[in-house]
Amino acid sequence: MGSSRVELNITSHTACLPVVRGAVERMAGLSGFTDDDAHGLTLAIDEALANVIKHGYDGREDQPITVQLSPVTADDGRRGIEVQVRDQGRQTDPGEISGRPLDEVRPGGLGVHIIRAVMDECDYSCPPEGGMLLRMVKYVSLKKGAQTGEADRPAASTDA
Amino acid sequence: MIENNLVKEVRKSSDATVVALSGDVDLHHSPALHAALIDVAKGRPKRLVVNLSEVPFMDSSGVGTLVEVFRRVSAYKGKMVLCGMTSRVRSVFEITKLDRFFTICETEEQAAQV
Repeated sequence: MGSSRVELNITSHTACLPVVRGAVERMAGLSGFTDDDAHGLTLAIDEALANVIKHGYDGREDQPITVQLSPVTADDGRRGIEVQVRDQGRQTDPGEISGRPLDEVRPGGLGVHIIRAVMDECDYSCPPEGGMLLRMVKYVSLKKGAQTGEADRPAASTDA
Repeated sequence: MIENNLVKEVRKSSDATVVALSGDVDLHHSPALHAALIDVAKGRPKRLVVNLSEVPFMDSSGVGTLVEVFRRVSAYKGKMVLCGMTSRVRSVFEITKLDRFFTICETEEQAAQV
């Protein structure tokens, strides 16, 4: 992917979710992500967007959301993708955004837990201009037994 | 039957009702899927089998929908079984630890007997 950055500007309509997932899957594949890692990244972004639609915009379908995907490199050389999800919805204290305990079996409240489980970095903030910014990063997983630095070798299809 | 393009097929027998789904289960489709499955549960099948073999993606809204239907079925002492999960869908149940809550089988045949 080189230094290319992808920016998706969508409305808060749930019909946009599969379009974003498709783009994320493609970028993850080009960045050398395994199938599991690509799914984790895609799932986390889907959950983040669903939370913005449900909680930030209270289900309104015509509000702006920007998803920015940028290639990054970990200190140990592994490739990764940084994701920024920016909205103009209701602000929430980042300290109050947490996944609920899983010992209680009920619908809802699982999105943040999933995001934190699959991503390597995850930070919410309230920009002074309004809305919320979610920044998260996922790196290519180290293969079992791999030495640091091995994972930065490009996958065969990376430079397609 | 409530129309839902995720519901590929509903098969009923004396022992079980099998609902086969096809497509991504996300926030866009979950409300209609919820309505469709609750509609099936209103028939109080002894065993409700949800076949997920043609579901390539499911997010927490889909998992939550299945939890709600499970509660509805359990309320009348019915049994709900999930089968045919792809590894991607199964991973969502594992992350949320709901793989310990649901009865999950590999095949529809196993789901009919467990």
